[in-house]
Amino acid sequence: LLVLSAPAALRALPPPVAVGVLHTTRPLHTTQQSLAPVPPLPEKGGEVRHGFIPEEFFQFLYPKTGVTGPYMLGTGLLLYLLSKEIYVINHETAAAACILTVIIYGIKKFGADVAAFADKLNEEKVAAALAMKNEAMQALQTAIEEEKKEQWRVEGRTYLFDAKRNNVAMLLETNYRERLLMVYNEVKKRLDYQVAMQNLKRQKEQDHMIQWVEKNVVQSITPQQQKESIAKCILDLKALSKSAHAAV
Amino acid sequence: LPAAVLLKDTKLMDVKLGQLGSWLAMSDFTPGGITGALRRGYDRYYNKYINVRKGGLGGFSMLLAGYVVLSYVWSYSHVKHDRRRKYH
Repeated sequence: LLVLSAPAALRALPPPVAVGVLHTTRPLHTTQQSLAPVPPLPEKGGEVRHGFIPEEFFQFLYPKTGVTGPYMLGTGLLLYLLSKEIYVINHETAAAACILTVIIYGIKKFGADVAAFADKLNEEKVAAALAMKNEAMQALQTAIEEEKKEQWRVEGRTYLFDAKRNNVAMLLETNYRERLLMVYNEVKKRLDYQVAMQNLKRQKEQDHMIQWVEKNVVQSITPQQQKESIAKCILDLKALSKSAHAAV
Repeated sequence: LPAAVLLKDTKLMDVKLGQLGSWLAMSDFTPGGITGALRRGYDRYYNKYINVRKGGLGGFSMLLAGYVVLSYVWSYSHVKHDRRRKYH
Protein backbone atom coordinates (compact mmCIF):
# COMPACT_ATOMS: atom_id res chain seq x y z
CA LEU A 1 0.00 0.00 0.00
CA LEU A 2 2.85 2.28 0.87
CA VAL A 3 4.47 1.53 -2.48
CA LEU A 4 1.29 2.36 -4.33
CA SER A 5 0.84 5.62 -2.55
CA ALA A 6 4.50 6.64 -2.93
CA PRO A 7 4.08 8.51 -6.24
CA ALA A 8 1.15 10.46 -4.91
CA ALA A 9 3.09 11.24 -1.77
CA LEU A 10 6.07 12.34 -3.80
CA ARG A 11 3.93 14.52 -5.96
CA ALA A 12 2.47 16.17 -2.92
CA LEU A 13 5.94 17.36 -1.83
CA PRO A 14 6.94 20.92 -2.72
CA PRO A 15 9.09 21.09 -5.88
CA PRO A 16 12.87 21.13 -5.29
CA VAL A 17 14.67 24.44 -5.30
CA ALA A 18 16.64 23.63 -8.44
CA VAL A 19 13.57 23.29 -10.64
CA GLY A 20 13.70 25.89 -13.39
CA VAL A 21 17.29 26.88 -12.60
CA LEU A 22 19.87 26.32 -15.33
CA HIS A 23 22.96 24.70 -13.80
CA THR A 24 25.59 26.70 -15.55
CA THR A 25 27.96 29.46 -14.63
CA ARG A 26 29.30 30.17 -18.09
CA PRO A 27 27.22 31.64 -20.87
CA LEU A 28 26.19 29.20 -23.56
CA HIS A 29 26.19 29.71 -27.30
CA THR A 30 27.86 33.08 -27.27
CA THR A 31 30.62 32.44 -29.79
CA GLN A 32 30.58 31.49 -33.43
CA GLN A 33 32.55 28.33 -32.78
CA SER A 34 31.25 25.19 -34.31
CA LEU A 35 32.81 21.97 -35.55
CA ALA A 36 31.47 22.35 -39.05
CA PRO A 37 32.33 23.37 -41.67
CA VAL A 38 35.80 21.97 -41.16
CA PRO A 39 38.47 24.18 -42.73
CA PRO A 40 39.96 22.60 -45.87
CA LEU A 41 43.34 20.85 -45.75
CA PRO A 42 46.37 22.89 -46.78
CA GLU A 43 47.46 22.27 -50.34
CA LYS A 44 51.12 21.52 -49.79
CA GLY A 45 53.05 20.50 -46.72
CA GLY A 46 56.04 22.25 -45.25
CA GLU A 47 58.93 22.66 -47.65
CA VAL A 48 61.81 20.24 -47.25
CA ARG A 49 65.09 20.66 -49.03
CA HIS A 50 67.14 17.66 -50.18
CA GLY A 51 64.61 15.38 -48.62
CA PHE A 52 65.50 15.76 -44.97
CA ILE A 53 66.23 19.40 -44.06
CA PRO A 54 63.22 21.64 -43.49
CA GLU A 55 63.21 24.92 -45.35
CA GLU A 56 62.84 26.86 -42.08
CA PHE A 57 66.45 26.08 -41.26
CA PHE A 58 67.70 27.82 -44.41
CA GLN A 59 65.44 30.78 -43.71
CA PHE A 60 66.67 30.87 -40.15
CA LEU A 61 70.31 31.19 -41.27
CA TYR A 62 69.67 33.41 -44.30
CA PRO A 63 69.82 36.85 -42.57
CA LYS A 64 73.21 36.13 -41.03
CA THR A 65 74.96 33.94 -43.59
CA GLY A 66 73.08 34.33 -46.86
CA VAL A 67 72.31 31.52 -49.24
CA THR A 68 75.46 29.40 -48.86
CA GLY A 69 75.47 29.51 -45.08
CA PRO A 70 73.66 26.27 -44.35
CA TYR A 71 75.73 24.43 -46.97
CA MET A 72 78.94 25.69 -45.43
CA LEU A 73 77.65 24.61 -42.07
CA GLY A 74 76.81 21.20 -43.48
CA THR A 75 80.20 20.75 -45.11
CA GLY A 76 82.06 21.83 -42.02
CA LEU A 77 79.98 19.57 -39.85
CA LEU A 78 80.58 16.62 -42.15
CA LEU A 79 84.33 17.17 -42.25
CA TYR A 80 84.43 17.50 -38.49
CA LEU A 81 82.52 14.28 -38.02
CA LEU A 82 84.76 12.45 -40.47
CA SER A 83 88.04 13.82 -39.21
CA LYS A 84 87.28 13.15 -35.59
CA GLU A 85 85.81 9.82 -36.60
CA ILE A 86 82.63 10.54 -34.80
CA TYR A 87 81.16 9.09 -37.98
CA VAL A 88 83.17 5.95 -38.65
CA ILE A 89 83.59 4.68 -42.21
CA ASN A 90 83.13 0.94 -42.24
CA HIS A 91 81.20 -1.72 -44.12
CA GLU A 92 77.95 -0.10 -43.08
CA THR A 93 78.93 3.06 -44.92
CA ALA A 94 79.25 1.15 -48.20
CA ALA A 95 75.93 -0.52 -47.61
CA ALA A 96 74.29 2.80 -46.80
CA ALA A 97 75.76 4.37 -49.93
CA CYS A 98 74.39 1.60 -52.16
CA ILE A 99 70.99 1.71 -50.51
CA LEU A 100 70.79 5.47 -50.77
CA THR A 101 71.79 5.39 -54.43
CA VAL A 102 69.09 2.91 -55.27
CA ILE A 103 66.47 4.78 -53.23
CA ILE A 104 67.27 8.13 -54.78
CA TYR A 105 67.34 6.67 -58.28
CA GLY A 106 63.97 5.04 -57.68
CA ILE A 107 62.46 8.23 -56.33
CA LYS A 108 63.77 10.34 -59.16
CA LYS A 109 62.46 7.93 -61.75
CA PHE A 110 59.08 6.87 -60.36
CA GLY A 111 58.27 9.69 -57.98
CA ALA A 112 56.03 11.68 -60.27
CA ASP A 113 53.98 8.64 -61.34
CA VAL A 114 53.41 7.42 -57.81
CA ALA A 115 52.44 10.91 -56.74
CA ALA A 116 49.95 11.17 -59.60
CA PHE A 117 48.46 7.79 -58.69
CA ALA A 118 48.10 8.74 -55.03
CA ASP A 119 46.56 12.05 -56.02
CA LYS A 120 44.07 10.23 -58.21
CA LEU A 121 43.03 8.00 -55.32
CA ASN A 122 42.57 11.02 -53.14
CA GLU A 123 40.58 12.77 -55.82
CA GLU A 124 38.26 9.80 -56.12
CA LYS A 125 37.67 9.74 -52.38
CA VAL A 126 37.00 13.45 -52.28
CA ALA A 127 34.73 13.24 -55.33
CA ALA A 128 32.75 10.41 -53.74
CA ALA A 129 32.29 12.39 -50.54
CA LEU A 130 31.33 15.48 -52.51
CA ALA A 131 28.85 13.49 -54.56
CA MET A 132 27.29 12.15 -51.39
CA LYS A 133 27.02 15.64 -49.99
CA ASN A 134 25.47 16.96 -53.16
CA GLU A 135 23.03 14.08 -53.29
CA ALA A 136 22.02 14.69 -49.74
CA MET A 137 21.51 18.36 -50.44
CA GLN A 138 19.53 17.57 -53.56
CA ALA A 139 17.36 15.12 -51.69
CA LEU A 140 16.68 17.69 -49.01
CA GLN A 141 15.88 20.27 -51.65
CA THR A 142 13.36 18.00 -53.33
CA ALA A 143 11.93 17.19 -49.91
CA ILE A 144 11.45 20.90 -49.29
CA GLU A 145 9.68 21.33 -52.61
CA GLU A 146 7.46 18.33 -51.95
CA GLU A 147 6.59 19.77 -48.58
CA LYS A 148 5.67 23.09 -50.14
CA LYS A 149 3.49 21.31 -52.66
CA GLU A 150 1.78 19.43 -49.87
CA GLN A 151 1.12 22.68 -48.11
CA TRP A 152 -0.40 24.06 -51.28
CA ARG A 153 -2.53 20.97 -51.60
CA VAL A 154 -3.79 21.41 -48.09
CA GLU A 155 -5.34 24.72 -49.16
CA GLY A 156 -7.78 22.78 -51.29
CA ARG A 157 -9.27 21.02 -48.33
CA THR A 158 -12.23 23.42 -48.32
CA TYR A 159 -13.38 21.93 -51.62
CA LEU A 160 -12.92 18.44 -50.30
CA PHE A 161 -15.02 19.14 -47.26
CA ASP A 162 -17.71 20.84 -49.33
CA ALA A 163 -17.95 17.75 -51.49
CA LYS A 164 -18.12 15.55 -48.44
CA ARG A 165 -20.78 17.72 -46.89
CA ASN A 166 -22.77 17.51 -50.09
CA ASN A 167 -22.45 13.74 -50.08
CA VAL A 168 -23.66 13.48 -46.53
CA ALA A 169 -26.60 15.79 -47.19
CA MET A 170 -27.51 13.72 -50.22
CA LEU A 171 -27.45 10.54 -48.19
CA LEU A 172 -29.61 12.05 -45.50
CA GLU A 173 -32.10 13.31 -48.06
CA THR A 174 -32.27 9.95 -49.80
CA ASN A 175 -32.81 8.15 -46.54
CA TYR A 176 -35.52 10.56 -45.49
CA ARG A 177 -37.39 10.14 -48.76
CA GLU A 178 -37.12 6.38 -48.62
CA ARG A 179 -38.63 6.35 -45.19
CA LEU A 180 -41.33 8.76 -46.24
CA LEU A 181 -42.26 6.42 -49.09
CA MET A 182 -42.30 3.47 -46.75
CA VAL A 183 -44.61 5.28 -44.34
CA TYR A 184 -46.94 6.23 -47.17
CA ASN A 185 -47.02 2.66 -48.45
CA GLU A 186 -47.75 1.19 -45.07
CA VAL A 187 -50.50 3.64 -44.31
CA LYS A 188 -52.08 3.05 -47.73
CA LYS A 189 -51.98 -0.68 -47.18
CA ARG A 190 -53.82 -0.35 -43.89
CA LEU A 191 -56.42 1.99 -45.34
CA ASP A 192 -56.91 -0.31 -48.33
CA TYR A 193 -57.52 -3.15 -45.96
CA GLN A 194 -60.18 -1.23 -44.16
CA VAL A 195 -61.85 -0.30 -47.44
CA ALA A 196 -61.72 -3.87 -48.64
CA MET A 197 -63.23 -5.06 -45.39
CA GLN A 198 -66.12 -2.66 -45.72
CA ASN A 199 -66.70 -3.64 -49.33
CA LEU A 200 -66.62 -7.28 -48.43
CA LYS A 201 -69.09 -6.79 -45.63
CA ARG A 202 -71.44 -4.82 -47.87
CA GLN A 203 -71.16 -7.49 -50.58
CA LYS A 204 -71.87 -10.29 -48.22
CA GLU A 205 -74.83 -8.55 -46.71
CA GLN A 206 -76.22 -7.83 -50.16
CA ASP A 207 -75.78 -11.39 -51.37
CA HIS A 208 -77.28 -12.81 -48.28
CA MET A 209 -80.27 -10.54 -48.43
CA ILE A 210 -80.91 -11.30 -52.10
CA GLN A 211 -80.66 -14.97 -51.46
CA TRP A 212 -83.01 -14.75 -48.53
CA VAL A 213 -85.52 -12.70 -50.49
CA GLU A 214 -85.37 -15.08 -53.43
CA LYS A 215 -85.79 -18.09 -51.23
CA ASN A 216 -88.78 -16.59 -49.49
CA VAL A 217 -90.37 -15.54 -52.74
CA VAL A 218 -89.91 -18.96 -54.25
CA GLN A 219 -91.32 -20.51 -51.12
CA SER A 220 -94.32 -18.19 -51.22
CA ILE A 221 -95.28 -19.14 -54.72
CA THR A 222 -98.08 -21.70 -54.18
CA PRO A 223 -98.89 -24.27 -56.81
CA GLN A 224 -102.19 -22.43 -57.60
CA GLN A 225 -100.33 -19.23 -58.34
CA GLN A 226 -97.86 -21.16 -60.44
CA LYS A 227 -100.60 -22.55 -62.66
CA GLU A 228 -102.25 -19.20 -63.05
CA SER A 229 -99.01 -17.50 -64.00
CA ILE A 230 -98.09 -20.16 -66.53
CA ALA A 231 -101.63 -19.85 -68.18
CA LYS A 232 -101.18 -16.07 -68.32
CA CYS A 233 -97.80 -16.43 -69.92
CA ILE A 234 -99.18 -18.75 -72.58
CA LEU A 235 -102.01 -16.29 -73.42
CA ASP A 236 -99.49 -13.44 -73.63
CA LEU A 237 -97.33 -15.46 -75.92
CA LYS A 238 -100.22 -16.29 -78.21
CA ALA A 239 -101.18 -12.60 -78.36
CA LEU A 240 -97.64 -11.67 -79.18
CA SER A 241 -97.37 -14.32 -81.88
CA LYS A 242 -100.56 -13.06 -83.42
CA SER A 243 -99.29 -9.52 -83.51
CA ALA A 244 -96.00 -10.82 -84.92
CA HIS A 245 -97.85 -12.79 -87.64
CA ALA A 246 -99.79 -9.64 -88.38
CA ALA A 247 -96.61 -7.57 -88.63
CA VAL A 248 -95.09 -9.97 -91.08
CA LEU B 1 54.90 38.38 -11.93
CA PRO B 2 53.25 38.92 -15.32
CA ALA B 3 56.71 38.28 -16.79
CA ALA B 4 56.89 34.91 -15.00
CA VAL B 5 53.54 33.82 -16.42
CA LEU B 6 54.58 34.94 -19.86
CA LEU B 7 57.91 33.12 -19.62
CA LYS B 8 56.20 29.89 -18.70
CA ASP B 9 53.93 30.14 -21.72
CA THR B 10 56.50 31.33 -24.25
CA LYS B 11 57.64 28.98 -26.91
CA LEU B 12 61.15 27.63 -26.90
CA MET B 13 62.26 29.65 -29.91
CA ASP B 14 61.19 32.89 -28.22
CA VAL B 15 63.07 32.24 -24.99
CA LYS B 16 66.28 34.22 -24.66
CA LEU B 17 69.46 32.32 -23.88
CA GLY B 18 69.76 33.85 -20.42
CA GLN B 19 66.24 32.82 -19.52
CA LEU B 20 66.73 29.24 -20.69
CA GLY B 21 67.54 27.90 -17.25
CA SER B 22 64.51 29.44 -15.60
CA TRP B 23 62.33 28.40 -18.52
CA LEU B 24 63.40 24.78 -18.12
CA ALA B 25 62.82 25.00 -14.39
CA MET B 26 59.31 26.31 -14.90
CA SER B 27 58.22 23.82 -17.52
CA ASP B 28 55.87 21.01 -16.73
CA PHE B 29 57.61 17.66 -16.16
CA THR B 30 54.67 15.72 -14.76
CA PRO B 31 53.67 12.62 -16.78
CA GLY B 32 50.60 14.47 -17.94
CA GLY B 33 52.69 17.42 -19.00
CA ILE B 34 55.19 15.26 -20.87
CA THR B 35 52.40 13.38 -22.64
CA GLY B 36 50.81 16.69 -23.53
CA ALA B 37 54.07 18.00 -24.92
CA LEU B 38 54.61 14.84 -26.99
CA ARG B 39 51.05 14.98 -28.26
CA ARG B 40 51.43 18.62 -29.23
CA GLY B 41 54.72 17.94 -30.99
CA TYR B 42 53.22 15.03 -32.89
CA ASP B 43 50.19 17.08 -33.88
CA ARG B 44 52.37 19.92 -35.12
CA TYR B 45 54.56 17.64 -37.24
CA TYR B 46 51.57 15.67 -38.53
CA ASN B 47 49.52 18.69 -39.48
CA LYS B 48 52.44 20.42 -41.13
CA TYR B 49 53.96 17.64 -43.22
CA ILE B 50 51.56 14.70 -43.53
CA ASN B 51 47.95 15.87 -43.20
CA VAL B 52 47.99 17.88 -46.44
CA ARG B 53 46.49 17.43 -49.86
CA LYS B 54 49.65 16.93 -51.87
CA GLY B 55 52.13 15.73 -49.31
CA GLY B 56 55.63 15.09 -50.56
CA LEU B 57 58.37 12.74 -49.56
CA GLY B 58 59.88 15.20 -47.09
CA GLY B 59 57.50 14.44 -44.25
CA PHE B 60 58.37 10.77 -44.17
CA SER B 61 62.05 11.00 -45.13
CA MET B 62 62.72 13.47 -42.30
CA LEU B 63 61.46 10.87 -39.86
CA LEU B 64 63.64 8.25 -41.55
CA ALA B 65 66.70 10.47 -41.33
CA GLY B 66 65.99 11.13 -37.68
CA TYR B 67 65.69 7.41 -37.04
CA VAL B 68 68.96 6.73 -38.87
CA VAL B 69 70.78 9.34 -36.80
CA LEU B 70 69.26 8.07 -33.57
CA SER B 71 70.16 4.46 -34.30
CA TYR B 72 73.75 5.52 -35.14
CA VAL B 73 73.95 7.38 -31.85
CA TRP B 74 72.72 4.32 -29.98
CA SER B 75 75.18 2.01 -31.72
CA TYR B 76 78.19 4.35 -31.50
CA SER B 77 79.75 2.45 -28.62
CA HIS B 78 79.74 -0.60 -30.86
CA VAL B 79 80.91 1.23 -34.02
CA LYS B 80 83.75 2.86 -32.11
CA HIS B 81 85.86 -0.26 -32.55
CA ASP B 82 85.95 0.12 -36.35
CA ARG B 83 87.90 3.38 -36.18
CA ARG B 84 91.05 3.50 -38.30
CA ARG B 85 93.09 5.67 -35.98
CA LYS B 86 93.16 5.64 -32.26
CA TYR B 87 93.99 9.30 -31.72
CA HIS B 88 92.33 12.16 -33.58
